[in-house]
Amino acid sequence: MLSENGAKMELEDFLKEITESDGVAGFEENVSGPIARAFAPYVDETRRDNLGNLIFYKKGKNAAAPRVMFCAHMDEIGLIVTGIEERGFLRFSTLGGFDARTLPGQEVTVYGKEKYPGVIGHLPPHLCKGEQKKKAPEIKDLFIDTGLPEDVVRAGIDVGAVVALRRNFVTLRHRCRAGKAFDDRAGVALLWQCARELSRMDHAADVFLVATVQEEVGTRGAVVSTFGLAPDLGVAVDVCHGDFPGAAEHEVSPLGKGPVITSGPNIHPCLFERLRAVAADYHLPCELDVSPGPTGTDARAIQVSREGIPAALLSVPLRYMHTSVELLDLDDLKTGGRLLAFFTTSLDRAFVEGLACF
Amino acid sequence: MKELLTRLTAAFGPAGREEGIRALLQRELENLGESGAVVDDLGNLIVSRGEPADRRILVAAHMDGIGFMITCIEENGFLRFTPIGGIQVHSLPGTRLRFRGGITGVIGQEKIKEQKDLEFSRLYIDIGAASGKEAEQQVQIGDTAVFNAPLAAEGDRFIAGALDDRAGCALLLETLKRLPSTLPQAVSFVFTVQEEVGLRGAQAVSYRINPQFGLAVDVTRTGDTPEPQFKTPVSLGKGPAIKIKDNSVICHPRVTALMRRVAEEKNIPYQIEVLEQGGTDAGAIHLSRTGVPTGALSIPCRYIHTPGEMVDRTDMENGVSLLLALLQTEWNGSWGRSW
Amino acid sequence: MFLKELSELPGVSGDEGRVREFIREKLSAWGIEHDCDTLGNLYAFKNGSKGAEGGLMLAAHMDEVGLMVSAIEKSGHLRFYKVGGIDEQILVSRPVRIGSNAIPGVIGAKAIHLQKKAEREKPLEVDKLYIDIGARDKDDAAKAVKIGDYVSFAAEAAALGGSFKGKALDNRAGCAALLEILQRDFPGSFVAVFTVQEEIGCRGAKVAAYRLNPRTALVVETTIAADLPEVREKDQVTVLGKGPAFTLQDDSVITHPRVLERLVTVAQERGIPYQFRGYTGNFTDGGAVSRARDGVPTGVISTPCRYLHGPASLICLEDWRNLMEVVDGFIRSVLAKGL
Repeated sequence: MLSENGAKMELEDFLKEITESDGVAGFEENVSGPIARAFAPYVDETRRDNLGNLIFYKKGKNAAAPRVMFCAHMDEIGLIVTGIEERGFLRFSTLGGFDARTLPGQEVTVYGKEKYPGVIGHLPPHLCKGEQKKKAPEIKDLFIDTGLPEDVVRAGIDVGAVVALRRNFVTLRHRCRAGKAFDDRAGVALLWQCARELSRMDHAADVFLVATVQEEVGTRGAVVSTFGLAPDLGVAVDVCHGDFPGAAEHEVSPLGKGPVITSGPNIHPCLFERLRAVAADYHLPCELDVSPGPTGTDARAIQVSREGIPAALLSVPLRYMHTSVELLDLDDLKTGGRLLAFFTTSLDRAFVEGLACF
Repeated sequence: MKELLTRLTAAFGPAGREEGIRALLQRELENLGESGAVVDDLGNLIVSRGEPADRRILVAAHMDGIGFMITCIEENGFLRFTPIGGIQVHSLPGTRLRFRGGITGVIGQEKIKEQKDLEFSRLYIDIGAASGKEAEQQVQIGDTAVFNAPLAAEGDRFIAGALDDRAGCALLLETLKRLPSTLPQAVSFVFTVQEEVGLRGAQAVSYRINPQFGLAVDVTRTGDTPEPQFKTPVSLGKGPAIKIKDNSVICHPRVTALMRRVAEEKNIPYQIEVLEQGGTDAGAIHLSRTGVPTGALSIPCRYIHTPGEMVDRTDMENGVSLLLALLQTEWNGSWGRSW
Repeated sequence: MFLKELSELPGVSGDEGRVREFIREKLSAWGIEHDCDTLGNLYAFKNGSKGAEGGLMLAAHMDEVGLMVSAIEKSGHLRFYKVGGIDEQILVSRPVRIGSNAIPGVIGAKAIHLQKKAEREKPLEVDKLYIDIGARDKDDAAKAVKIGDYVSFAAEAAALGGSFKGKALDNRAGCAALLEILQRDFPGSFVAVFTVQEEIGCRGAKVAAYRLNPRTALVVETTIAADLPEVREKDQVTVLGKGPAFTLQDDSVITHPRVLERLVTVAQERGIPYQFRGYTGNFTDGGAVSRARDGVPTGVISTPCRYLHGPASLICLEDWRNLMEVVDGFIRSVLAKGL
């Protein structure tokens, strides 16, 4: 795979490219292009399903071997225009869960007839009185300012226009990187790393790598893609909270110490054990986490698809989730991709058939 | 349209107890010469047009409405109840209800300190019974009621209970009446049940029909009243609304684009709807099996889920025109998006 | 009658293994064909119904609400998450069992002497509570338990007057009823499913119903009885001793009219007392089952239970036996003439 400047595309380049692209929940088309192009050299077939899930098929060596699905969601949280006010200010609602406090002053792209840059405006602190000063802003208090006159705004932007946050990829010290939409393009990048690893390995299992849509509004892409593929097992790859000062130890995971493997009722115990065992066998660092109910990831949908599909969850520690400065360690992605690839090679028919034996 | 809506809104059909409205819809269909309607296990009513092909659109409007169910008959003859579907408790005291057998009741309220703390458990239904025994001769636990709110017409505006979603049912019936016999793809018109309690009828029927495309026809909120409760630019009388999203669905961008294109080509006025609350059958349809590209056509409606729901005649008529035009357009186009 | 054994077994949502094993041993001993799926649902195929679709499905969930170890403090105390809708007020001062080795522990809180008055007036929240297993420190605790271990109440089940008390009667009472029924002779086949993960979203029932694709389903449950001092009749939900409760409607399902009618007919024919569940909140496996594939006519029947989800919940044995008789009659009726 050659990128535009002719150099071989690396994990970091891929992450940069797809996190600087926009793909708000329900409107993932823009980001799906670069994702599909980057996966193409490493997979046998690419297709898109009815809701826009991108499915990459990597054929196994053995027709009787298990069919496995690894998925990560390509959608990001975003905004949608709900009204156009006098002088062209745009009111908006959210697609996915935002902390309104992180929005004032953010730069955005409005997808009207063309792309319009804008900023999220708010009342300056000097004009806030009494109570207002102490109160955090709500979405309804905020608006988007494109700097354009009202008639130009009305001609180019309609109610229903989708808005994405704008943020260029930030390179920090060591292997830390920051940007927007790392939730869950980081997972997509991990899948891409897995595809690259698998292309150098012999694996019996048929592998479906899926970049799902609409996770942020209720794992909708995973519901239909899992039903369509009916795999023998599924692993969701998503992000989890990285450590930061003041967080309770059990609520966060450290950065740079490998991906996180989750256990709990949403996860098939044998898949959890197998992922752990593979990590140990190949000396790959990993962390453990537990979840006491259905996880807030695509694994929630996978497990209860059709007659029940064994699910697992692999997560990348990420700080400042759902902001435009989400931060991760590239090594966790690399390790996670390798872990999934070795996990794939460990699978056989007997293992899959044992998953219904409690 | 007025006569049809009068009949439809007078029919009895809270979610889960749709026998009355279903029987009326079946009669209306027979009058249109439709004899092949099918009822499934949950009570969805299905009418199919066009040759069975690999392309079928499921068009859904729900026949059920919100309602009330008796949960307790007290010794003094008053009835305690539970709402069926999403009902604002503050709008209820003093409201008239009618039960399936035709009995009328009125909602009363216990004394409470602060009106804002009003809960359903502090309300009761009075059917004029002097004792529990007398009440039990007329109603029993599990019986259901709906708003007693027959249709009135004021100019171009219709006012009635249950316009959500009998207005949608009327739109489907009127479209069926005018639909030509040859179509570019098959269509299944479905009058669904139990939408108000969680899109349950639509979920089942989508699985059964397994369509390639979906379209829900339902009502939507407007923001054209003094200090409106919901901020939305949708108004009565400015045309049917093409839904972009609500809480249950983000409509497939290709379907909304097709709907806008057809409306513009046929010069049918339309509005764009972005709804922050609420869901529609589209939410269930689009998640069926391997996923169904789905859109939604909305009829602007004020005071939803009250006895005074209000829609505009021209919005209904333009809605019929848009649905007719859509069903006569080929939906395959460029579905396989390229990159 | 298995109530005692089933009640005392730990089986928090996701950790139903010991309950499943108990039931499986019985099924094997009685020669009833059975298997499991990948979530851990246990299917009992009465009279060789395996592989057949379109039949009768009965379901009772095996799981109970409980806790899960979330962290081990330096001091050796365990912090925990809640699993399912457990009432925080009943946690403090409670013996528990942790993990597959059933390590004993107690839930402690700051002694009343050390609390300020304002503190004492507020209910204790989960993040103020911890489990003490007598460990010296973190390393010592880690020898006995690990993060992710499930925690259930340690509570003895026993007769109490004409009633029966124990933990997890929601829904081991339902499991025990199905086990009793499975031992009887029936003139046809049906499937009884012991489901998992009901308390965290009815997840087992969803896949079980998809697999079996039944034409009729009855969920056997345990429900709230609030026949307590100072609770008005209308708010009691159900009353102990008045027979099994039929659900009219809850947040997840409206009992199919034909199922409800059949339950009432069976009870009346057999002269068994019954009551309607006078509350329409909460979710049950009925919701998940009724929405499988193209929809399944589904009903819910429950044993009334005081102090549901607590370590000492209470049922009336007479209600429980009457529930079995209605379920028995319902099965025979559906086998004889369909729904």
